[in-house]
Amino acid sequence: MTLAQLIFLAAAAVTLVAAIMVVTSPRLIHAGLWLILSLAGIAVLFILLDNGFLAVVQVAIYIDAIAILIIIAVMLTRAVMSDADRQINRMGLAAAFASLILLAGLLAMVLQVPAASPAPLVEAEVNLDALGRALVDVDGFILPFEVASVMLVAALVGAILVAMAPARGD
Amino acid sequence: MSDPFVTIGQFIKELLIGLGLEAALTAVLLRIVGAAVLGGLVGAAAILTIWAERKLLARIQDRIGPNRVGPYGLLQSFADVLKLITKEFLIPRGADRYVFIMAPLVVVAGVIGMWAVMPLAPGLVGTEINVGVLYVIAIGAIGTLGIMMAGLSSNNKYALLGAFRTVAQMLSYTVPMLLTLLIPVMLAGSMGMSTIVEAQSSAWFILLAPLAAIIFFISSLAELGRTPFDLQEAESEIVAGFHIEYSGMGFGMFMMAEFVHAFTISALFSVIFLGGWQGPGVEAFPLLGLFYFILKTALIYFVVIWLRGTFPRLRIDQMNAFNWKFITPLALVVFMVTAILDKLVVQADFNRTAVHLGSNAIIVLGTLFLLRAYAASQRRRKEVADRPQIQHSEAAGD
Repeated sequence: MTLAQLIFLAAAAVTLVAAIMVVTSPRLIHAGLWLILSLAGIAVLFILLDNGFLAVVQVAIYIDAIAILIIIAVMLTRAVMSDADRQINRMGLAAAFASLILLAGLLAMVLQVPAASPAPLVEAEVNLDALGRALVDVDGFILPFEVASVMLVAALVGAILVAMAPARGD
Repeated sequence: MSDPFVTIGQFIKELLIGLGLEAALTAVLLRIVGAAVLGGLVGAAAILTIWAERKLLARIQDRIGPNRVGPYGLLQSFADVLKLITKEFLIPRGADRYVFIMAPLVVVAGVIGMWAVMPLAPGLVGTEINVGVLYVIAIGAIGTLGIMMAGLSSNNKYALLGAFRTVAQMLSYTVPMLLTLLIPVMLAGSMGMSTIVEAQSSAWFILLAPLAAIIFFISSLAELGRTPFDLQEAESEIVAGFHIEYSGMGFGMFMMAEFVHAFTISALFSVIFLGGWQGPGVEAFPLLGLFYFILKTALIYFVVIWLRGTFPRLRIDQMNAFNWKFITPLALVVFMVTAILDKLVVQADFNRTAVHLGSNAIIVLGTLFLLRAYAASQRRRKEVADRPQIQHSEAAGD
C-alpha cells in the first residue's frame, strides 16, 4: 500500500512540476518536451488506478500523436535553435482572464461530483468491453462517435486541400 | 514444474523472504530483477546480432566480413563496444545539453520497452497486459521522440533534416502498421500478446492473413529506418542524419537501439504472424517454445538483413507515395474484407483458413490488375507527351 502511495506522490509531483515548466520554460521546444513528461506522469497515474488500457491510450494518443505533432509544428514555425523572445506579450491580460474563466468552469464541474467514495477500481478493466459496445450502440454514443469520425474526415480533406499544389496550366 | 525460470524465481523469492523481507516488497524486487535481466539480455543480444549482420551482409556483398578478432570474428563486436565505451562523449557547443544527453537513452528505452510484453515461451512473458499490441505501438513510438530530441538538440542542420525525415517516415508508416496489426487482433479476438500466440495453435496467422503480414513487415521496416527506408541517415545526402553529432557511447547507444529494434521487429513479426513459441512438443517441454521463438525470430531477422543487402535506398517522395498511395489503401481494403469475412465465417461455419486465403488471393489479383491498368495509362500519357518528336523522326525516316 505504502509503495503505491509513494509512486503516486512521485508521479503527481513529476506531473505538476512538468506542467509548471510547460508554461514557464523560455524555449517552445522545451515546453513541448516538458508537456510530454507531464502527460507521461498522467499515464503513470492511470496505471496506479489499475487501468492499463487508459494508460496505454494516453501514451499512444497524447504522447505519440499529439505531443509529437506539437513539436513538429514548433519545429516548422519558429527559429527553435535560438532562445525565444519575451514570454508575455500584450495579450497577457486577456489570456489570464480566459484561463481564470476556464478554471472557474472546471472547478464548478469538479465540485458537482459527489465526494469520493473510493469505487472498486478493478471493474474498470471489465467495463472495457462495455465501452466498445457503447460506442456503436444506438442507445449509447453512436452519434458523437460518428460525428467525430466525420469531423476527422473533413479535417483530412481540408489538410489535403491546403497542401495540394495549385492546378497546373494544362 | 519443468520451467527453470519459474524455479529460479521461486528460489530467489524464498531466499529474500528468508532474509526477512516483506512478501510485497519481494514481488516488486523480483519484477525489477526480471526486467533488468530481460533488458540486459536483449541489449547483449545486440552484440551477437551485430556480428551476424556484418557477417551476412559481407557475404551478400561478396566480402568476408569481420574475421580477425576471435574465431570467425565473433569477438569483433566486443572490441567495438570496448572502443566506444573508452571514447569521449562530446557535446557540441550550442547543443541543448540535457536533451542531447537524454536522446539516446529515450531511443534505447523505447526499443527495449517493447520486450516487456513479448511472450518468449509458454508462461514466460515479462508482463501480460490485455492491450499488449497497443502497448507495443505506443512504446515503439517513444523511439521517434528520442530521434527527434537528438535532431533538435544537436545544433546541426543535417541532424535536424534527419529528424524531420524520421518523423515524416515514422508517423506515416504507423498508419498501415496499425491497420495491419488490427487484423491478427481481430482473428485472435484479443490484444494480449500471449492470447494472440495461443490463438495460433491450429493455424499461424500468416496463413490467414498473408497480405497483412507483408504490409506489416514493410511498414515495420520503414519504422525501423533500415534500407530501403534509411533516408533518416542517408550517408550520401545528410551524412548520418540525426546522430551526426554523437560520439562514443552516445553513438553506440543509437547503433545498439537500431540493431535491437531490427531484432525486436523480427520477434514481433514471429509472435504475431508466425505463432511465436508454437511448435511441436511445446506442451511437454515449455522451454522448447523459447527455441522455436528464437528460431523464427532469427529467420525473419535474416530476411531483414537480406533486404538490407539487396535494395537501394528510396527517394523521399517515392517513400511517401508508396505509403500513402499504395500500402495504406491496400491495408484499409484488407482490413475491411477480413473484418466482414471473419464475421460471416463465424456465422456460416466455413473453413476459416480457406476463406481468408481466398479473399487475400482475390485482393492480390485485384491490386495487380489495378497496378497494371495504372501503368498502362501512365505509358499512354507518356506516349501522348512524346508523340510530336516520334512523328517527326518517323517522317524523317521515310
